[in-house]
Amino acid sequence: MSIAIRNISKQFGAFKALDDVSIDIPSGELVALLGPSGCGKTTLLRIVAGLEYADRGQILLAGDDASDRHARDRQVGFVFQHYALFRHMSVFDNVAFGLRVKPRRHRPAESEIQRRVKHLLELVQLDWLANRYPTQLSGGQRQRIALARALAVEPKVLLLDEPFGALDAKVRKELRRWLRRLHDEIHVTSVFVTHDQEEALEVCDRVVLINKGKIEQIGTPESVYDHPATPFVANFLGSVNLFHGRVEEGQLHLGDHALALDKTAADADGKAVAFVRPHEFDLLPGAQAGGLPAKIVRIVAVGASARIELSEIDRSDGEVIEVTVARDLFRLLALAAGDVVSLRPRQIRVFQTPALAA
Amino acid sequence: MSASIALIPGNRQAYEAPSTREPIWVKGGLIAIALTFFAIFLLLPLATVFSEALRKGWGAYAAALIEDDAWSAIRLTVLAAAVAVPLNLVFGVAASWAIAKFEFAGKRVLITLIDLPFSVSPVISGLIYVLMFGAQGWFGPWLHAHDIKIVFALPGIVLATVFVTFPFVARELIPLMEAQGSEEEEAAVVLGASAWQMFRYTTLPSIKWGLLYGVILCNARAMGEFGAVSVVSGHIRGQTNTMPLHVEILYNEYNYAAAFAVASLLALLAIVTLGLKTLVERQTRRQTHEKSTLTGE
Repeated sequence: MSIAIRNISKQFGAFKALDDVSIDIPSGELVALLGPSGCGKTTLLRIVAGLEYADRGQILLAGDDASDRHARDRQVGFVFQHYALFRHMSVFDNVAFGLRVKPRRHRPAESEIQRRVKHLLELVQLDWLANRYPTQLSGGQRQRIALARALAVEPKVLLLDEPFGALDAKVRKELRRWLRRLHDEIHVTSVFVTHDQEEALEVCDRVVLINKGKIEQIGTPESVYDHPATPFVANFLGSVNLFHGRVEEGQLHLGDHALALDKTAADADGKAVAFVRPHEFDLLPGAQAGGLPAKIVRIVAVGASARIELSEIDRSDGEVIEVTVARDLFRLLALAAGDVVSLRPRQIRVFQTPALAA
Repeated sequence: MSASIALIPGNRQAYEAPSTREPIWVKGGLIAIALTFFAIFLLLPLATVFSEALRKGWGAYAAALIEDDAWSAIRLTVLAAAVAVPLNLVFGVAASWAIAKFEFAGKRVLITLIDLPFSVSPVISGLIYVLMFGAQGWFGPWLHAHDIKIVFALPGIVLATVFVTFPFVARELIPLMEAQGSEEEEAAVVLGASAWQMFRYTTLPSIKWGLLYGVILCNARAMGEFGAVSVVSGHIRGQTNTMPLHVEILYNEYNYAAAFAVASLLALLAIVTLGLKTLVERQTRRQTHEKSTLTGE
């Protein structure tokens, strides 16, 4: 079932949680709402579920206006960050709940309920826990039960509110892959709220970046990562180095140094902020023209790549530039703390600074 | 979640850190003082009640209880409690639901008002009803014209009892419900549960022990209330006397054995209440503990 979010606004007192947000989610897609905490992403999810009502705007489910439909009639599955399992019910009863509360004429026979719950528990690979209580499960197991419970009513839409937020890193990674596989298997339209960019980029078909109640960018993980539309997106997705300078005649001027820009990188001259990811630098020995001279402060050579922290020679504010290079290349370069190198970015993303903000 | 555990005393064995350990004579002294007070002010009177009640033997004791006026006082007390407790049960659940799950204007005022019966002297609250419904009261002439008796009759006694026992259930449930939040309820609703199913299958199981605890305290107070009921009852023997009022009358008539016999029933009620309260507290603690292991990652 497709979801259309049309011009949704929501205010809590003086705080604008959502400001004219519109998203179209085609049937079967797995979409992430990504943003820092307090950006309004959870509020948006709750509005789609009917747990919260928007001040303005519409929610269309499969093309029909569902804005005034009660949560119990929206046929959505909702997975809560803290599981919200019914703690006085066994795992089996938790999963069966949605089927058992159906009005008598829609309720499946008890034998059918047994069969379906068993099937769902097998789907989340926890059928051996059917008689346990939520308190006896680990966090990861609880969240999988919560997912099975949400799927029991065969929702047309699955909404997940930071589902892995309360789990430790290893379990989180495991469940992430598992969720992706599950989605490929059952293909229910899913919206996934997270503040973890790695999670969003890895799991989802498309990512919606939200900041301060507004959409910053919508796109596939590759496109938003490689072509951020706004400084916020460039900053939020992965680590990045930020430079303040001026664009003049196709070059980025940082103090006395000029860096070459692609023709497409900047369309007008003026003040600008530039973003360069740590792995997008070439390191040249010594001070060279066309590069930014910097001194190596610290080297962390652990794992697949070496992380080098540098400080710009002509700046003394202690701003650290982070550069990563592959371990093999790092060995060839034979760098050490204290060396001076020139940084030449392979790719720079430039955003014009509006005159007012400058 | 540790905060909600700490609310219930005796949940954990007190840990005696060496730095705060006192010399043996301090410890012994404090225990002796506490036990002495307990014996003089609680145990001794209780023992007196029962020994005085049985002074003239079991026969006289039983006779004092089945005597017409005493029996009618017992019936009236039970009746008043039977009306007041369910009323306050419904009100308490409704009020704490509203307070814990919703934000609305006047919420703070409502919380304060619920506590009003705790802060007002029961005699005053009884007097309020006399001033409103008594012969000289605001509604007195109208009530008289329609032949409705409130003051010096059963309705007045019930009203006064409801008023004094007003806060017990709500006070017990509000912190419990606030601590539990509404995620389980939301989960139930999204899964298609109706309002009643949501309450029956998610809210009620999580509050049941707290609710029972509140009801037990509410009942004990309803049966034992003296001040407020005394003002509105009119002390008509065999008609508007509740047990506490009956005890007073017997005592004023120097009928000590009978007075103590009826009093022993109230004392017995207190003991049963304490026993039940302890049982329920144990259950609540177990539940709170489960809850804390559920969310405390």
